[in-house]
Amino acid sequence: MTVMIDKKTKVVVQGITGYQGTYHSKAMRDFGTKVVAGVTPGKAGEKVNDIPVFDTVADAVAETGANTSCVFVPAPMTKDAVMEALDAGIATIVVVTEHVPVHDAIHFVAVARSKGVALVGPNCPGLAAPGVGKVGILPSKIFMKGTVGVVSRSGTLTYEIVNAMTEHGIGQSTCVGIGGDRVPGTNFVDVLARFQKDKDTKKIVLVGEIGGTAEEEAAEFIKAHVTKPVVAYIAGRTAPPGKRMGHAGAIIARGRGTAESKIKALEAAGVKVARIPTDVPELLR
Amino acid sequence: MIGQARDKPFYRLSKYHAENMNSCPWKTAKYALTRFTPEGDGMKLYEYKAKELLRKHGIPVPDGFVVSSSDQVKELPGPVMVKAQVLIGGRGKAGGIKPADTVEEARKAASAILGLNIRGYVTKQVLLERRLEVAKELYLGITIDRSRRGLLLMASASGGMDIESVPEDRILMLPMDPLIGYQGFVGRRVSGFLKLGKEQKTQVADIVRKLYTLMVSEDAELVEINPLVVTKDGKVVAGDAKVTIDSDALFRHKEYEGLEEDLTPLEAKAKELDIAFVQLDGNIGVIANGAGLTMATLDSLNMFGGKAGVFLDLGGTDDPEKVKSAMLLMEEADPKVILLNIFGGITKCDTVAKGVLEAIEMKPTSAPIVARIKGLNEELGRDMLKEAGMIPASGLSEAAEKASKESLR
Repeated sequence: MTVMIDKKTKVVVQGITGYQGTYHSKAMRDFGTKVVAGVTPGKAGEKVNDIPVFDTVADAVAETGANTSCVFVPAPMTKDAVMEALDAGIATIVVVTEHVPVHDAIHFVAVARSKGVALVGPNCPGLAAPGVGKVGILPSKIFMKGTVGVVSRSGTLTYEIVNAMTEHGIGQSTCVGIGGDRVPGTNFVDVLARFQKDKDTKKIVLVGEIGGTAEEEAAEFIKAHVTKPVVAYIAGRTAPPGKRMGHAGAIIARGRGTAESKIKALEAAGVKVARIPTDVPELLR
Repeated sequence: MIGQARDKPFYRLSKYHAENMNSCPWKTAKYALTRFTPEGDGMKLYEYKAKELLRKHGIPVPDGFVVSSSDQVKELPGPVMVKAQVLIGGRGKAGGIKPADTVEEARKAASAILGLNIRGYVTKQVLLERRLEVAKELYLGITIDRSRRGLLLMASASGGMDIESVPEDRILMLPMDPLIGYQGFVGRRVSGFLKLGKEQKTQVADIVRKLYTLMVSEDAELVEINPLVVTKDGKVVAGDAKVTIDSDALFRHKEYEGLEEDLTPLEAKAKELDIAFVQLDGNIGVIANGAGLTMATLDSLNMFGGKAGVFLDLGGTDDPEKVKSAMLLMEEADPKVILLNIFGGITKCDTVAKGVLEAIEMKPTSAPIVARIKGLNEELGRDMLKEAGMIPASGLSEAAEKASKESLR
């Protein structure tokens, strides 16, 4: 079993005629994913990498039975695209687009959650399950089939860590890049819950960053609900502290959000925390 | 700092950015820096701009006007407060707020405050506004709540001070369900919590509604009225205001176009290239792609005793043209050692290497370059860089170790 993607996954690529959509629809297919349709308004009837293009997600779903969407449309149109996918009954949505206005994200994330739709992103690399497929932009060649579930807030850093694992012969069950935006459709806790249930995931790697309190919340969840071993790396231990003007962020954070706070919380939950990314494979042994 | 270590001038970030990195306006920088600061990275508005927005949405603010020199003060709306317009807190303690009753006094106060350096910010404008007869100071704010993935409304009867130092039980924290949005009960809950008189309750509930509308329709990521003043004659008025606009939403707010800061040539280039440029206090210049990878590179350097002096984050791209531009930019910053750490996604490593070599050819540098590029055709890319005299590294740790060693030499 895998998480959020399986053999039944049929992908529609929203924004398939753009550079990213074209490149990654092929890369996804080459990785074993069933990419059944693309959507670009006004381009119905065209084909991209032999994949049929439709004007609307509803048409794509009706014709191809797509159940998962990968969104590459530009930020100003992302809300419309995601809402369209939600309206068309898509069950899993990966939003790769970055720089999505936060109020747009708040709205479509709330609608997705109310419908029970798994939405990953915005501003995320997506998910990959070696041997099954990938939805998003993760580079295919770093993966190796295995039993470690990876969840990460970062993009290239995820690649770095997955790559280090593969080089050490440690394969992955599913890798979920949840993205670094402030309002993520899927957060650490959502993915940890899935990994805990997933029979093929034996160990978990969590890659976090400074800022926000998602890692602290993950630590609380791990303490209460996760029995599988977890290894973590938190980027930004030596990053410079920024200055603030207003105080609203500090009220919520109340001293949390720093690398120290995150590492302390995770260690208290029994998680092994790597000091640098290349220590992760060692800690998984 | 690199400049000091090498005894050469260093292109500094403008004061505004150096002091206040989280308000960097460039897209990629923004992306990187969101993660360094808990509060986001949007465009902060000066108090008078924030108050213009409040006024536009019907929230009462004191009468006032802005000047940039004291002789612009001709007449007053009554007794005033003269307030420094800077994008940092702690103005009052720094002498940035003074009362004045006459034009003469107001001019004197304005000249004293204009040019004042407040925690690194030079005051260029002052706001003169009618002094409020304060009976009570409240706090009202709305922000983005990452954990609950929505907006969070906050209110307290202990306004006027640092809200961080107010005990939690004296702050109402009301998560707003995005699908419910603003409804009348929200205003009633806030005004009820604040234990106000009947007339003030109505006014506060109305202000809460308008503030919510402002937050959503103006694409703000923070709105804060502190203090929200109840005057002696029972009116509720915004004493101060902080508004931060989501920079990702600026495409639909053309009114902010042209509101940009003075940039040094290097910054302007970085901005144009959509590259994050951040100055730190070490002597290694780091170029990496992606905020997480950049931070991980800094962490790794630290492990081996090295310290970054400047970093360029290309964002999640491995575009060879961008790598080349970043190399040229980095050479201008003149670090003791350059560490290049690119994790390729789409582009082949030999193409990235070619970009690096072109940059070196255009502008040779005396700084040793430790290069680590990962991805498709990495062996080929590594050989190309090695041939050109760079120090190749295959892993992140190895690269960090080599760069640190060079920097301590």
